[in-house]
Amino acid sequence: MATATNTVSKDVPDNSKDSPVIVVEHVYKQFGSNLVLRDFNLVVNKEENVVVLGKSGSGKSVLIKCIIGLLKPDSGNIMVFGENVSELNHDDLDKIRTKIGFLFQGNALYDSMTVRENLEFPLRRHWIGYSQKQVDALVIEALENVGLAHTVNMMPEELSGGMLKRVALARTMILKPDVILYDEPTTGLDPVTAREIDNLIIKLQKKYHTSSIIITHDMHCVKNTADRVALLLDGKCYSEGKYEDFENSTDKNIKQFFE
Amino acid sequence: MALTGSIREFFDETGSVARFTGRFFSTGMKPRFEIKELLSQCYIIGYKSLPLVALTGFIMGLVLTMQLRPSLVDYGVESQLPVMVGIAIVREIGPVITALIFAGKIASSIGAELGSMKVTEQIDAMEVSGTNPFKYLVATRVLATTLMLPVLTMMGDAISLFGAYIGVNIRSVTSFHLFFTQVFHSLSFGDFSPAFIKTFFFGFAVGMIGCYKGYNSSKGTRGVGNSANSAVVLASVLIFIIDLLAVQLTDLLGLN
Repeated sequence: MATATNTVSKDVPDNSKDSPVIVVEHVYKQFGSNLVLRDFNLVVNKEENVVVLGKSGSGKSVLIKCIIGLLKPDSGNIMVFGENVSELNHDDLDKIRTKIGFLFQGNALYDSMTVRENLEFPLRRHWIGYSQKQVDALVIEALENVGLAHTVNMMPEELSGGMLKRVALARTMILKPDVILYDEPTTGLDPVTAREIDNLIIKLQKKYHTSSIIITHDMHCVKNTADRVALLLDGKCYSEGKYEDFENSTDKNIKQFFE
Repeated sequence: MALTGSIREFFDETGSVARFTGRFFSTGMKPRFEIKELLSQCYIIGYKSLPLVALTGFIMGLVLTMQLRPSLVDYGVESQLPVMVGIAIVREIGPVITALIFAGKIASSIGAELGSMKVTEQIDAMEVSGTNPFKYLVATRVLATTLMLPVLTMMGDAISLFGAYIGVNIRSVTSFHLFFTQVFHSLSFGDFSPAFIKTFFFGFAVGMIGCYKGYNSSKGTRGVGNSANSAVVLASVLIFIIDLLAVQLTDLLGLN
Protein backbone atom coordinates (compact mmCIF):
# COMPACT_ATOMS: atom_id res chain seq x y z
CA MET A 1 0.00 0.00 0.00
CA ALA A 2 1.34 3.37 -0.92
CA THR A 3 1.58 5.77 1.99
CA ALA A 4 2.60 8.79 0.00
CA THR A 5 0.68 10.56 -2.73
CA ASN A 6 1.44 9.72 -6.33
CA THR A 7 3.75 11.60 -8.59
CA VAL A 8 1.36 12.85 -11.21
CA SER A 9 1.75 13.43 -14.92
CA LYS A 10 0.29 16.18 -17.09
CA ASP A 11 0.63 14.06 -20.21
CA VAL A 12 -2.40 13.96 -22.50
CA PRO A 13 -4.22 10.74 -21.70
CA ASP A 14 -4.09 7.90 -24.23
CA ASN A 15 -6.66 5.16 -24.61
CA SER A 16 -4.98 2.59 -22.41
CA LYS A 17 -6.58 1.73 -19.09
CA ASP A 18 -3.60 3.08 -17.16
CA SER A 19 -3.86 6.53 -18.66
CA PRO A 20 -5.00 9.16 -16.16
CA VAL A 21 -8.32 10.90 -16.79
CA ILE A 22 -8.24 12.95 -13.58
CA VAL A 23 -5.06 14.27 -12.01
CA VAL A 24 -5.29 16.24 -8.78
CA GLU A 25 -1.96 17.76 -7.77
CA HIS A 26 -0.98 19.82 -4.75
CA VAL A 27 -4.49 21.15 -4.20
CA TYR A 28 -5.19 23.50 -1.30
CA LYS A 29 -8.65 24.72 -0.34
CA GLN A 30 -9.48 26.82 2.68
CA PHE A 31 -12.80 28.15 4.04
CA GLY A 32 -12.09 30.99 6.45
CA SER A 33 -9.57 29.62 8.91
CA ASN A 34 -10.48 26.01 8.10
CA LEU A 35 -7.90 24.43 5.77
CA VAL A 36 -9.90 21.60 4.21
CA LEU A 37 -7.49 20.35 1.56
CA ARG A 38 -3.73 20.72 1.98
CA ASP A 39 -1.42 19.46 -0.72
CA PHE A 40 -3.93 16.84 -1.84
CA ASN A 41 -2.87 14.58 -4.72
CA LEU A 42 -4.81 11.89 -6.55
CA VAL A 43 -4.79 10.18 -9.94
CA VAL A 44 -7.77 8.38 -11.47
CA ASN A 45 -7.07 6.17 -14.46
CA LYS A 46 -9.37 5.21 -17.31
CA GLU A 47 -12.12 2.75 -16.32
CA GLU A 48 -10.99 2.81 -12.70
CA ASN A 49 -13.20 3.21 -9.63
CA VAL A 50 -11.38 5.16 -6.96
CA VAL A 51 -13.07 5.47 -3.59
CA VAL A 52 -12.12 8.48 -1.49
CA LEU A 53 -12.67 7.47 2.10
CA GLY A 54 -12.82 9.90 4.95
CA LYS A 55 -14.73 11.04 7.99
CA SER A 56 -17.65 13.45 7.74
CA GLY A 57 -16.38 16.98 7.23
CA SER A 58 -12.96 15.84 6.07
CA GLY A 59 -13.30 17.61 2.71
CA LYS A 60 -14.34 14.73 0.44
CA SER A 61 -17.26 16.61 -1.13
CA VAL A 62 -15.12 19.74 -1.44
CA LEU A 63 -12.62 17.68 -3.44
CA ILE A 64 -15.13 16.49 -6.06
CA LYS A 65 -16.76 19.93 -6.21
CA CYS A 66 -13.31 21.30 -7.08
CA ILE A 67 -12.93 18.62 -9.75
CA ILE A 68 -16.25 19.54 -11.43
CA GLY A 69 -15.51 23.26 -11.08
CA LEU A 70 -18.24 24.15 -8.58
CA LEU A 71 -15.49 25.30 -6.23
CA LYS A 72 -12.13 26.74 -7.18
CA PRO A 73 -9.04 25.46 -5.38
CA ASP A 74 -6.91 28.12 -3.69
CA SER A 75 -3.84 26.61 -5.33
CA GLY A 76 -2.77 23.47 -7.19
CA ASN A 77 -3.95 21.92 -10.43
CA ILE A 78 -6.89 19.70 -11.28
CA MET A 79 -6.48 18.19 -14.72
CA VAL A 80 -9.51 16.50 -16.29
CA PHE A 81 -8.85 14.96 -19.72
CA GLY A 82 -5.67 17.04 -19.81
CA GLU A 83 -7.47 20.36 -19.14
CA ASN A 84 -6.89 22.38 -15.99
CA VAL A 85 -10.48 22.93 -14.81
CA SER A 86 -9.63 25.84 -12.52
CA GLU A 87 -8.28 27.80 -15.51
CA LEU A 88 -11.14 27.14 -17.94
CA ASN A 89 -13.67 29.81 -18.84
CA HIS A 90 -17.37 29.10 -18.33
CA ASP A 91 -18.01 27.85 -21.87
CA ASP A 92 -15.05 25.47 -21.86
CA LEU A 93 -16.00 24.28 -18.39
CA ASP A 94 -19.52 23.53 -19.64
CA LYS A 95 -18.03 21.49 -22.50
CA ILE A 96 -15.91 19.39 -20.16
CA ARG A 97 -18.82 18.97 -17.76
CA THR A 98 -20.74 17.08 -20.45
CA LYS A 99 -18.09 14.36 -20.08
CA ILE A 100 -18.47 14.28 -16.30
CA GLY A 101 -21.48 12.99 -14.39
CA PHE A 102 -22.11 14.08 -10.82
CA LEU A 103 -24.38 12.20 -8.43
CA PHE A 104 -25.31 14.51 -5.57
CA GLN A 105 -25.63 13.28 -2.01
CA GLY A 106 -29.18 14.66 -1.81
CA ASN A 107 -29.95 13.58 -5.42
CA ALA A 108 -30.72 17.20 -6.47
CA LEU A 109 -33.57 16.17 -8.77
CA TYR A 110 -35.56 19.17 -10.03
CA ASP A 111 -38.66 18.87 -7.89
CA SER A 112 -40.84 20.96 -10.21
CA MET A 113 -40.23 18.53 -13.09
CA THR A 114 -41.32 14.95 -13.76
CA VAL A 115 -38.77 12.14 -13.94
CA ARG A 116 -38.90 12.39 -17.75
CA GLU A 117 -38.25 16.15 -17.68
CA ASN A 118 -35.41 15.67 -15.20
CA LEU A 119 -33.72 13.26 -17.59
CA GLU A 120 -34.50 15.32 -20.68
CA PHE A 121 -33.08 18.49 -19.15
CA PRO A 122 -29.37 17.81 -19.86
CA LEU A 123 -30.19 16.11 -23.18
CA ARG A 124 -32.14 19.09 -24.51
CA ARG A 125 -29.21 21.36 -23.80
CA HIS A 126 -26.38 19.33 -25.26
CA TRP A 127 -27.83 16.96 -27.83
CA ILE A 128 -29.82 19.62 -29.60
CA GLY A 129 -30.22 17.82 -32.93
CA TYR A 130 -32.05 14.88 -31.40
CA SER A 131 -35.68 14.25 -32.29
CA GLN A 132 -38.32 13.69 -29.60
CA LYS A 133 -38.32 9.99 -30.51
CA GLN A 134 -34.57 9.70 -29.95
CA VAL A 135 -34.79 11.64 -26.68
CA ASP A 136 -37.62 9.38 -25.49
CA ALA A 137 -35.56 6.29 -26.34
CA LEU A 138 -32.55 7.62 -24.39
CA VAL A 139 -34.73 8.49 -21.38
CA ILE A 140 -36.28 5.02 -21.34
CA GLU A 141 -32.88 3.35 -21.80
CA ALA A 142 -31.46 5.32 -18.86
CA LEU A 143 -34.43 4.45 -16.66
CA GLU A 144 -34.31 0.78 -17.70
CA ASN A 145 -30.65 0.70 -16.66
CA VAL A 146 -31.76 1.51 -13.13
CA GLY A 147 -34.95 -0.58 -13.30
CA LEU A 148 -37.36 2.36 -13.07
CA ALA A 149 -38.85 2.76 -16.55
CA HIS A 150 -42.36 2.80 -15.02
CA THR A 151 -41.64 6.02 -13.09
CA VAL A 152 -41.10 8.11 -16.22
CA ASN A 153 -44.16 10.32 -15.71
CA MET A 154 -43.96 10.51 -11.92
CA MET A 155 -42.89 13.49 -9.86
CA PRO A 156 -39.81 13.14 -7.60
CA GLU A 157 -42.02 13.59 -4.51
CA GLU A 158 -43.83 10.35 -5.40
CA LEU A 159 -40.62 8.27 -5.24
CA SER A 160 -38.91 6.59 -2.28
CA GLY A 161 -35.34 7.42 -1.20
CA GLY A 162 -33.83 4.49 -3.10
CA MET A 163 -35.85 5.26 -6.22
CA LEU A 164 -34.79 8.91 -6.09
CA LYS A 165 -31.16 7.82 -5.90
CA ARG A 166 -31.61 5.52 -8.90
CA VAL A 167 -33.38 8.21 -10.95
CA ALA A 168 -30.58 10.64 -10.04
CA LEU A 169 -28.10 8.00 -11.22
CA ALA A 170 -30.04 7.61 -14.49
CA ARG A 171 -29.90 11.40 -15.00
CA THR A 172 -26.17 11.36 -14.27
CA MET A 173 -25.65 8.64 -16.87
CA ILE A 174 -27.90 10.01 -19.60
CA LEU A 175 -25.19 12.02 -21.38
CA LYS A 176 -22.99 8.88 -21.25
CA PRO A 177 -20.17 10.60 -19.36
CA ASP A 178 -16.63 9.26 -19.31
CA VAL A 179 -16.18 10.09 -15.63
CA ILE A 180 -18.70 9.95 -12.80
CA LEU A 181 -18.29 11.60 -9.42
CA TYR A 182 -20.45 10.02 -6.72
CA ASP A 183 -21.02 12.05 -3.56
CA GLU A 184 -22.01 9.63 -0.77
CA PRO A 185 -24.16 7.43 -3.05
CA THR A 186 -25.42 5.17 -0.26
CA THR A 187 -25.89 7.67 2.57
CA GLY A 188 -29.37 7.61 4.11
CA LEU A 189 -30.37 4.35 2.42
CA ASP A 190 -31.22 1.05 4.10
CA PRO A 191 -28.53 -1.66 3.71
CA VAL A 192 -30.45 -3.58 1.02
CA THR A 193 -31.04 -0.50 -1.14
CA ALA A 194 -27.47 0.65 -0.51
CA ARG A 195 -26.15 -2.65 -1.93
CA GLU A 196 -28.47 -2.27 -4.93
CA ILE A 197 -26.91 1.13 -5.58
CA ASP A 198 -23.41 -0.41 -5.24
CA ASN A 199 -24.35 -3.06 -7.80
CA LEU A 200 -25.76 -0.41 -10.14
CA ILE A 201 -22.54 1.57 -9.94
CA ILE A 202 -20.56 -1.53 -10.93
CA LYS A 203 -23.04 -2.53 -13.64
CA LEU A 204 -23.06 0.91 -15.25
CA GLN A 205 -19.30 1.22 -15.01
CA LYS A 206 -18.87 -2.07 -16.86
CA LYS A 207 -21.52 -1.20 -19.45
CA TYR A 208 -20.27 2.29 -20.28
CA HIS A 209 -16.57 1.89 -19.36
CA THR A 210 -16.58 4.92 -17.10
CA SER A 211 -14.02 6.07 -14.56
CA SER A 212 -15.34 7.05 -11.16
CA ILE A 213 -14.52 8.80 -7.95
CA ILE A 214 -16.79 7.57 -5.17
CA ILE A 215 -16.93 9.61 -1.99
CA THR A 216 -18.12 7.58 0.96
CA HIS A 217 -17.57 6.43 4.50
CA ASP A 218 -19.74 3.33 3.99
CA MET A 219 -17.25 0.43 4.15
CA HIS A 220 -19.63 -1.98 2.37
CA CYS A 221 -19.78 0.47 -0.52
CA VAL A 222 -15.97 0.72 -0.48
CA LYS A 223 -15.61 -3.06 -0.55
CA ASN A 224 -18.12 -3.51 -3.36
CA THR A 225 -17.09 -0.72 -5.67
CA ALA A 226 -13.42 0.17 -5.16
CA ASP A 227 -10.61 -0.72 -7.53
CA ARG A 228 -8.48 1.53 -5.38
CA VAL A 229 -9.04 3.38 -2.12
CA ALA A 230 -7.61 6.74 -1.08
CA LEU A 231 -7.95 7.86 2.53
CA LEU A 232 -8.45 11.60 2.98
CA LEU A 233 -7.18 12.64 6.39
CA ASP A 234 -6.27 16.12 7.62
CA GLY A 235 -6.72 17.44 4.11
CA LYS A 236 -4.13 15.10 2.59
CA CYS A 237 -4.21 11.80 0.79
CA TYR A 238 -3.04 9.86 3.82
CA SER A 239 -2.91 6.48 2.17
CA GLU A 240 -3.76 4.71 -1.09
CA GLY A 241 -4.17 1.08 -1.97
CA LYS A 242 -6.48 -1.87 -2.55
CA TYR A 243 -9.43 -2.49 -0.22
CA GLU A 244 -7.74 -5.64 1.10
CA ASP A 245 -4.63 -3.62 2.03
CA PHE A 246 -6.79 -1.25 4.02
CA GLU A 247 -8.70 -4.11 5.65
CA ASN A 248 -5.45 -5.73 6.84
CA SER A 249 -3.76 -2.51 7.85
CA THR A 250 -2.61 -2.03 11.44
CA ASP A 251 -2.59 1.76 11.11
CA LYS A 252 -5.03 3.13 13.71
CA ASN A 253 -6.24 5.87 11.35
CA ILE A 254 -7.28 3.21 8.85
CA LYS A 255 -8.49 0.60 11.34
CA GLN A 256 -11.07 2.97 12.80
CA PHE A 257 -13.10 2.71 9.58
CA PHE A 258 -13.46 -1.06 10.05
CA GLU A 259 -14.50 -0.95 13.72
CA MET B 1 -20.31 49.67 16.99
CA ALA B 2 -23.53 47.90 16.03
CA LEU B 3 -24.47 50.93 13.90
CA THR B 4 -21.15 50.74 12.03
CA GLY B 5 -21.78 47.04 11.41
CA SER B 6 -25.27 47.73 10.09
CA ILE B 7 -24.02 50.49 7.79
CA ARG B 8 -21.29 48.21 6.47
CA GLU B 9 -23.82 45.43 5.98
CA PHE B 10 -26.10 47.82 4.08
CA PHE B 11 -23.32 48.84 1.69
CA ASP B 12 -22.16 45.21 1.30
CA GLU B 13 -25.69 44.17 0.40
CA THR B 14 -26.13 47.12 -1.97
CA GLY B 15 -22.85 46.20 -3.68
CA SER B 16 -23.92 42.56 -3.99
CA VAL B 17 -27.28 43.51 -5.51
CA ALA B 18 -25.49 45.84 -7.96
CA ARG B 19 -23.08 43.05 -8.98
CA PHE B 20 -25.99 40.63 -9.37
CA THR B 21 -27.80 43.17 -11.56
CA GLY B 22 -24.63 43.66 -13.61
CA ARG B 23 -24.41 39.91 -14.08
CA PHE B 24 -27.99 39.92 -15.37
CA PHE B 25 -27.02 42.31 -18.17
CA SER B 26 -23.63 40.74 -18.91
CA THR B 27 -24.63 37.05 -18.74
CA GLY B 28 -28.40 36.84 -18.74
CA MET B 29 -28.88 38.91 -21.89
CA LYS B 30 -26.52 36.86 -24.06
CA PRO B 31 -27.82 34.13 -26.37
CA ARG B 32 -28.79 31.33 -26.14
CA PHE B 33 -32.08 32.50 -24.63
CA GLU B 34 -34.30 30.18 -22.63
CA ILE B 35 -37.50 31.09 -24.51
CA LYS B 36 -39.56 28.12 -23.32
CA GLU B 37 -38.74 28.81 -19.67
CA LEU B 38 -39.43 32.54 -20.20
CA LEU B 39 -42.91 31.79 -21.58
CA SER B 40 -43.55 29.38 -18.74
CA GLN B 41 -42.54 32.03 -16.19
CA CYS B 42 -44.71 34.64 -17.94
CA TYR B 43 -47.66 32.27 -17.49
CA ILE B 44 -46.84 31.57 -13.82
CA ILE B 45 -45.91 35.13 -12.89
CA GLY B 46 -48.39 36.99 -15.07
CA TYR B 47 -51.48 34.91 -15.71
CA LYS B 48 -51.58 33.29 -12.28
CA SER B 49 -51.29 36.67 -10.54
CA LEU B 50 -54.27 38.09 -12.41
CA PRO B 51 -57.05 36.96 -10.00
CA LEU B 52 -55.26 38.54 -7.01
CA VAL B 53 -54.51 41.77 -8.91
CA ALA B 54 -58.11 41.90 -10.19
CA LEU B 55 -59.64 41.40 -6.75
CA THR B 56 -57.43 43.94 -4.99
CA GLY B 57 -57.86 46.39 -7.88
CA PHE B 58 -61.64 46.14 -7.74
CA ILE B 59 -61.74 46.65 -3.96
CA MET B 60 -59.26 49.52 -4.20
CA GLY B 61 -61.39 51.38 -6.78
CA LEU B 62 -64.58 50.78 -4.84
CA VAL B 63 -63.17 51.82 -1.45
CA LEU B 64 -61.32 54.84 -2.83
CA THR B 65 -64.55 56.14 -4.37
CA MET B 66 -66.54 55.60 -1.19
CA GLN B 67 -63.87 57.34 0.91
CA LEU B 68 -63.54 60.33 -1.42
CA ARG B 69 -67.25 61.00 -1.86
CA PRO B 70 -67.98 62.70 1.54
CA SER B 71 -65.16 65.23 1.09
CA LEU B 72 -66.26 66.07 -2.45
CA VAL B 73 -69.89 66.38 -1.32
CA ASP B 74 -68.73 68.86 1.37
CA TYR B 75 -67.12 71.01 -1.31
CA GLY B 76 -70.06 70.57 -3.69
CA VAL B 77 -68.00 68.90 -6.40
CA GLU B 78 -69.41 65.39 -6.22
CA SER B 79 -69.68 65.39 -10.02
CA GLN B 80 -65.88 65.45 -10.17
CA LEU B 81 -65.65 62.08 -8.40
CA PRO B 82 -64.96 60.02 -11.59
CA VAL B 83 -62.25 62.49 -12.64
CA MET B 84 -60.50 62.42 -9.28
CA VAL B 85 -60.68 58.67 -8.90
CA GLY B 86 -59.52 58.13 -12.48
CA ILE B 87 -56.45 60.33 -12.12
CA ALA B 88 -55.56 58.85 -8.72
CA ILE B 89 -55.83 55.27 -9.98
CA VAL B 90 -54.03 55.68 -13.30
CA ARG B 91 -51.23 57.99 -12.15
CA GLU B 92 -50.33 56.58 -8.77
CA ILE B 93 -52.47 54.19 -6.80
CA GLY B 94 -52.95 51.58 -9.54
CA PRO B 95 -49.26 51.08 -10.43
CA VAL B 96 -48.01 51.24 -6.83
CA ILE B 97 -50.66 49.04 -5.22
CA THR B 98 -50.43 46.48 -8.05
CA ALA B 99 -46.64 46.46 -7.73
CA LEU B 100 -46.86 45.96 -3.96
CA ILE B 101 -49.36 43.11 -4.33
CA PHE B 102 -47.13 41.66 -7.05
CA ALA B 103 -44.05 41.97 -4.82
CA GLY B 104 -45.85 40.20 -1.98
CA LYS B 105 -46.83 37.29 -4.21
CA ILE B 106 -43.96 37.00 -6.68
CA ALA B 107 -40.83 38.19 -4.85
CA SER B 108 -41.57 35.79 -1.99
CA SER B 109 -42.34 32.88 -4.31
CA ILE B 110 -39.19 33.42 -6.41
CA GLY B 111 -37.10 33.89 -3.24
CA ALA B 112 -38.45 30.69 -1.70
CA GLU B 113 -38.25 28.67 -4.93
CA LEU B 114 -34.65 29.59 -5.77
CA GLY B 115 -33.71 29.40 -2.09
CA SER B 116 -34.94 25.84 -1.78
CA MET B 117 -33.29 24.94 -5.11
CA LYS B 118 -30.04 26.32 -3.75
CA VAL B 119 -30.34 24.45 -0.46
CA THR B 120 -31.15 21.14 -2.18
CA GLU B 121 -28.24 21.59 -4.64
CA GLN B 122 -30.59 21.78 -7.66
CA ILE B 123 -28.80 24.92 -8.84
CA ASP B 124 -25.46 23.10 -8.58
CA ALA B 125 -26.99 20.15 -10.47
CA MET B 126 -28.01 22.52 -13.26
CA GLU B 127 -24.50 23.95 -13.39
CA VAL B 128 -22.74 20.57 -13.52
CA SER B 129 -25.07 19.47 -16.32
CA GLY B 130 -23.57 22.31 -18.39
CA THR B 131 -26.58 24.64 -18.12
CA ASN B 132 -26.02 28.18 -16.94
CA PRO B 133 -28.44 28.41 -13.98
CA PHE B 134 -28.23 32.20 -13.98
CA LYS B 135 -29.63 32.36 -17.49
CA TYR B 136 -32.16 29.61 -16.95
CA LEU B 137 -33.46 30.66 -13.55
CA VAL B 138 -32.64 34.33 -13.02
CA ALA B 139 -32.78 35.92 -16.48
CA THR B 140 -36.11 34.28 -17.34
CA ARG B 141 -37.77 35.28 -14.06
CA VAL B 142 -36.50 38.87 -14.14
CA LEU B 143 -37.65 39.29 -17.75
CA ALA B 144 -41.03 37.75 -16.93
CA THR B 145 -41.64 40.10 -13.98
CA THR B 146 -40.46 43.10 -16.04
CA LEU B 147 -42.84 42.27 -18.89
CA MET B 148 -45.81 41.05 -16.87
CA LEU B 149 -46.18 43.78 -14.25
CA PRO B 150 -47.06 46.51 -16.81
CA VAL B 151 -49.71 44.20 -18.30
CA LEU B 152 -51.11 43.40 -14.86
CA THR B 153 -51.10 47.09 -13.94
CA MET B 154 -53.12 48.00 -17.02
CA MET B 155 -55.62 45.26 -16.24
CA GLY B 156 -55.63 46.24 -12.55
CA ASP B 157 -56.30 49.89 -13.48
CA ALA B 158 -59.22 48.89 -15.71
CA ILE B 159 -60.76 46.69 -13.02
CA SER B 160 -60.14 49.38 -10.42
CA LEU B 161 -62.00 51.93 -12.55
CA PHE B 162 -64.85 49.47 -12.85
CA GLY B 163 -64.82 49.16 -9.02
CA ALA B 164 -64.94 52.96 -8.86
CA TYR B 165 -67.94 52.98 -11.21
CA ILE B 166 -69.75 50.57 -8.86
CA GLY B 167 -68.71 52.79 -5.93
CA VAL B 168 -70.14 55.90 -7.60
CA ASN B 169 -73.42 54.09 -8.22
CA ILE B 170 -73.89 52.99 -4.61
CA ARG B 171 -75.10 56.43 -3.55
CA SER B 172 -76.11 57.97 -6.90
CA VAL B 173 -76.88 56.95 -10.44
CA THR B 174 -74.24 57.53 -13.10
CA SER B 175 -74.28 55.74 -16.43
CA PHE B 176 -71.33 53.57 -17.47
CA HIS B 177 -70.84 55.75 -20.53
CA LEU B 178 -70.88 59.02 -18.60
CA PHE B 179 -68.52 57.72 -15.91
CA PHE B 180 -65.88 56.53 -18.35
CA THR B 181 -66.27 59.56 -20.63
CA GLN B 182 -65.50 61.79 -17.63
CA VAL B 183 -62.56 59.59 -16.62
CA PHE B 184 -60.93 59.50 -20.05
CA HIS B 185 -61.55 63.18 -20.78
CA SER B 186 -59.64 64.04 -17.64
CA LEU B 187 -56.66 61.82 -18.51
CA SER B 188 -53.90 62.79 -20.92
CA PHE B 189 -50.97 60.89 -22.40
CA GLY B 190 -48.77 62.58 -19.78
CA ASP B 191 -50.83 60.96 -17.04
CA PHE B 192 -50.64 57.51 -18.49
CA SER B 193 -47.15 57.12 -19.95
CA PRO B 194 -44.91 57.87 -16.90
CA ALA B 195 -47.12 55.64 -14.75
CA PHE B 196 -46.88 52.88 -17.33
CA ILE B 197 -43.11 53.20 -17.84
CA LYS B 198 -42.33 53.04 -14.13
CA THR B 199 -44.11 49.68 -13.85
CA PHE B 200 -41.33 48.12 -15.97
CA PHE B 201 -38.85 49.29 -13.33
CA PHE B 202 -41.09 48.03 -10.53
CA GLY B 203 -41.28 44.63 -12.24
CA PHE B 204 -37.53 44.54 -12.79
CA ALA B 205 -36.91 45.36 -9.11
CA VAL B 206 -39.34 42.68 -7.90
CA GLY B 207 -37.77 40.00 -10.11
CA MET B 208 -34.19 41.02 -9.40
CA ILE B 209 -34.62 41.16 -5.63
CA GLY B 210 -36.56 37.87 -5.51
CA CYS B 211 -33.87 36.14 -7.56
CA TYR B 212 -31.00 37.77 -5.64
CA LYS B 213 -32.37 36.71 -2.28
CA GLY B 214 -33.18 33.18 -3.43
CA TYR B 215 -29.93 32.66 -5.34
CA ASN B 216 -27.90 33.76 -2.32
CA SER B 217 -30.00 31.96 0.26
CA SER B 218 -28.14 30.48 3.21
CA LYS B 219 -28.48 26.81 4.07
CA GLY B 220 -31.44 25.38 5.94
CA THR B 221 -35.16 26.02 6.15
CA ARG B 222 -34.58 29.24 8.09
CA GLY B 223 -32.36 30.49 5.27
CA VAL B 224 -35.12 29.85 2.71
CA GLY B 225 -37.73 31.54 4.94
CA ASN B 226 -35.48 34.55 5.43
CA SER B 227 -34.90 34.79 1.67
CA ALA B 228 -38.63 34.87 0.95
CA ASN B 229 -39.33 37.35 3.71
CA SER B 230 -36.48 39.75 2.98
CA ALA B 231 -37.26 39.59 -0.76
CA VAL B 232 -40.75 41.00 -0.11
CA VAL B 233 -39.52 43.68 2.29
CA LEU B 234 -36.68 44.86 0.07
CA ALA B 235 -38.75 44.75 -3.13
CA SER B 236 -41.54 46.78 -1.47
CA VAL B 237 -39.08 49.41 -0.23
CA LEU B 238 -37.50 49.59 -3.70
CA ILE B 239 -40.92 50.13 -5.28
CA PHE B 240 -41.44 53.23 -3.14
CA ILE B 241 -37.91 54.48 -3.87
CA ILE B 242 -38.39 53.99 -7.62
CA ASP B 243 -41.79 55.69 -7.38
CA LEU B 244 -40.25 58.66 -5.60
CA LEU B 245 -37.53 58.95 -8.26
CA ALA B 246 -40.07 58.56 -11.07
CA VAL B 247 -42.24 61.36 -9.68
CA GLN B 248 -39.22 63.66 -9.34
CA LEU B 249 -38.11 62.82 -12.87
CA THR B 250 -41.52 63.40 -14.46
CA ASP B 251 -41.75 66.68 -12.53
CA LEU B 252 -38.35 67.74 -13.87
CA LEU B 253 -39.39 66.78 -17.39
CA GLY B 254 -42.60 68.77 -17.03
CA LEU B 255 -44.83 65.77 -17.52
CA ASN B 256 -46.84 66.31 -14.33
